Amino acid sequence: MSDVVIAGIGQVPVGEHWNTSLRSLAAQAIFAARKEIPDLEPESIYIGNSLGSMVSHQSNLGSLLADWSNLLGVEGTTAEAGGASGGAALRLGYLAVKSGFVKVAVVVGVEKVSDTNTRNLDRILSYTMDADHEAVPGLTPAGQAGLVMRRYMEKYNVPQGGFAGFPINAHANAVYNPNAMYRKAISREAYDKAGMVSDPVNLMDAAPLADGAAALVITRSDMLPKNYNHPVIRISGANIVTDTLALHDRANPDEFRAAAISVERTLTMAGKILEDIDLFELDDAYSVYAAIALEAAGFAEPGKGWQLAQEGGISLKGKIPICTLGGSKARGNPIGATGVYQVVEAVQQLRGSAGASQVKDARIALTQCWGGPASTVATHLLEMV
Amino acid sequence: MEVPRYWRLKNQRYALVGEVCPHCDGKIFPPRDVCPHCGQDAKTKFTFSGKGEVYSFTTISDAPAGYEENAPYTVALVKLQEGPVVTAQLTDLGEEPVKIGMPVEMVTRKIRTDEGDRGIIVYGYKFRPVMHQ
Amino acid sequence: MGGRSRGGPVKEKSVPGLDEDVITMSIEAARNALVRAQIDPQELRAIWVGSESHPYAVKPTSTVVAEALGAVPSVQAADWEFACKAGTEAMVAAIGLVGSQMADYAMAIGMDTAQGRPGDELEYTAAAGGAAFVFGSAENSLAVLEGSYSFVTDTPDFWRRPEQRFPSHGQRFTGDPAYFHHITSATKHLLEALNRKPEDYQYCVFHQPNTKFPERAAKLLGFTPEQLKTGLLSPVIGNTYAGAAIIGLTAILDEAKPGDRILMTSYGSGAGSDSFSFVVTDKVTERQNLALKTQTYIARRVQIDYGQYVRYRHILAD
Repeated sequence: MSDVVIAGIGQVPVGEHWNTSLRSLAAQAIFAARKEIPDLEPESIYIGNSLGSMVSHQSNLGSLLADWSNLLGVEGTTAEAGGASGGAALRLGYLAVKSGFVKVAVVVGVEKVSDTNTRNLDRILSYTMDADHEAVPGLTPAGQAGLVMRRYMEKYNVPQGGFAGFPINAHANAVYNPNAMYRKAISREAYDKAGMVSDPVNLMDAAPLADGAAALVITRSDMLPKNYNHPVIRISGANIVTDTLALHDRANPDEFRAAAISVERTLTMAGKILEDIDLFELDDAYSVYAAIALEAAGFAEPGKGWQLAQEGGISLKGKIPICTLGGSKARGNPIGATGVYQVVEAVQQLRGSAGASQVKDARIALTQCWGGPASTVATHLLEMV
Repeated sequence: MEVPRYWRLKNQRYALVGEVCPHCDGKIFPPRDVCPHCGQDAKTKFTFSGKGEVYSFTTISDAPAGYEENAPYTVALVKLQEGPVVTAQLTDLGEEPVKIGMPVEMVTRKIRTDEGDRGIIVYGYKFRPVMHQ
Repeated sequence: MGGRSRGGPVKEKSVPGLDEDVITMSIEAARNALVRAQIDPQELRAIWVGSESHPYAVKPTSTVVAEALGAVPSVQAADWEFACKAGTEAMVAAIGLVGSQMADYAMAIGMDTAQGRPGDELEYTAAAGGAAFVFGSAENSLAVLEGSYSFVTDTPDFWRRPEQRFPSHGQRFTGDPAYFHHITSATKHLLEALNRKPEDYQYCVFHQPNTKFPERAAKLLGFTPEQLKTGLLSPVIGNTYAGAAIIGLTAILDEAKPGDRILMTSYGSGAGSDSFSFVVTDKVTERQNLALKTQTYIARRVQIDYGQYVRYRHILAD
């Protein structure tokens, strides 16, 4: 089986796209990705989307987006895994190309949240939790993060503001990202003054939901044209791990085992160790999740992930740069598309084209997106070859 | 209208009726007919005592559609005495501050209505601080 | 809230929580009753809830309560209505079901989350509460019925048409021709039939929409303030409508001793009264502490202001 490489990337700026529909957003991202590698004809399209049927009342995106991106007739299916939909779509694309059955594939993540109002969106988002046993009692995804954060803070004696370093880092990194939704740095004072969303999660702890679409063209390394003028980025590790959907069904609700297992398997598959990783596009839908993602991966001891954010460990020059182009907090969180944005950004870093947000000498990147509190975890390892 | 969905879960919701595994004695909630601990058939009904403690809690200020009337409200992970953990609102808190580890007991209360003033009323479990004589 | 209603000083009244209604409150009272009765819910052949504030206009309160208790499916479960004596009507029926040997056990509940028009005198006292009772054979009971009598006429002192949100009442007409006439007539008939006098009783309890009415009823009938005291809860919980007389009965049973005799007469607008004479058995002592006592619930009070009250009672239109 040959290597799977990322030949083209494309993205739409994350934000509120009142004038653009779900199908058009996706098509724009796909056209942008294909523009980088016009000679390759995709045979299939894998879509990451979570809320389309409920927000935009549009299902069966496989057929629709194939048509709208001028790929009429190709294989087309949607992968849905809440916030991990983008990573799940890449997983399917990877398997298809790696198997040899598909030579060129498009992976696109797309989400449109602005087609409905906030309260309705919150209701719909709750369906990505355990609908019968978490949503009906009145829990929300932010509420889940609140439950996790309170427990974490009490268990590990984290002071108020202990997680502020995460959104501050994310915003600082987004300042020079033209595709980011928020491009202004935020201060510690702004964090401390932020209103509560689900105590103790405040507005600065929670990544903003937004519209977005990002796409990849993936193929076999031997399919790249001779005049391909970008560094070759290989997907060396890929997997998905699931845990119980409901937080309350976990053997230990304090541990996010799926995230740890997923990183372990990814590293093993890629033949790498943790120290090889130059940057980590992790799931920062909530600041406490970022801390736990670092711990699960092994970058910090349990209960110490938040300290990495205090000490500058996660900055572009730090021990393990995260959210290098803004993460979900500042680039924005287009749920089903997030996993693909993470990969697009990692590729930009590995190509050396991240501009003022560049991580020096980045060669190996880890990307990981979650559905909920690591109920589904999709991890990929990219390396420059 | 989602009447069948709510109706199907009424035993669990009204009275915390789950299952006990006849093979490994594991207590199961919500009921699922196959034991998640040992993998064997488990259909024996088991009614939980309703006693438990707060494992974690959060106060939701931004309530989703259907829950605005109650906002802000407190949701908790409650560890039942018999083992399973459930997600539920806390109620009757009065002036008492909530703490991790606080003993609570189950009460059956209004959770929401299915589509506002015209739909059915959905009842289910919430937990209140234990009342002592 | 300040001021006094024409009826007499009610210091404070109970307000249902945002997530409470007659169904949830009935379930709680019923669970307490079952624990004291120490029977399997499957032994109940009827669960009957009487109220003026059933959550549905069509769909019984009683089926939800029956399901929550685990008493389904072999059970009667209709809802009862007769203003404030809906609960005692259900009690008479439950007694009949057991007495006729159609059932070993039957449950009757009176419960209300009453509401008054903002600014109306009734708003001052309209409150939430009630009680549940399990009826069975005398051998198993903590109190035995000596006799009951119901006195009913068509007397429109208080009513509500279907499209109206709040009830209307006959003001002073609710006194002598309504409340007092029916309560005294029913009680006198019963005492005569049983050949009993007020002095035979340790406790009496009457429908209590306020303090003045039951105090005057007691006086008119020859009962003393001492006999009335324990069951008189309206000063601290207000008028719990279908729950009023019977919640007073629970407070009495919480402290009664074997051999004590209790007289209870309810009143429902429309109008009518159910009068009961009970004798407490030696089983009462062991069962009193098996569940939360009424005074424990009362002591758990949390004060709210009128703004919160308006929210809790959904008084502002959406």
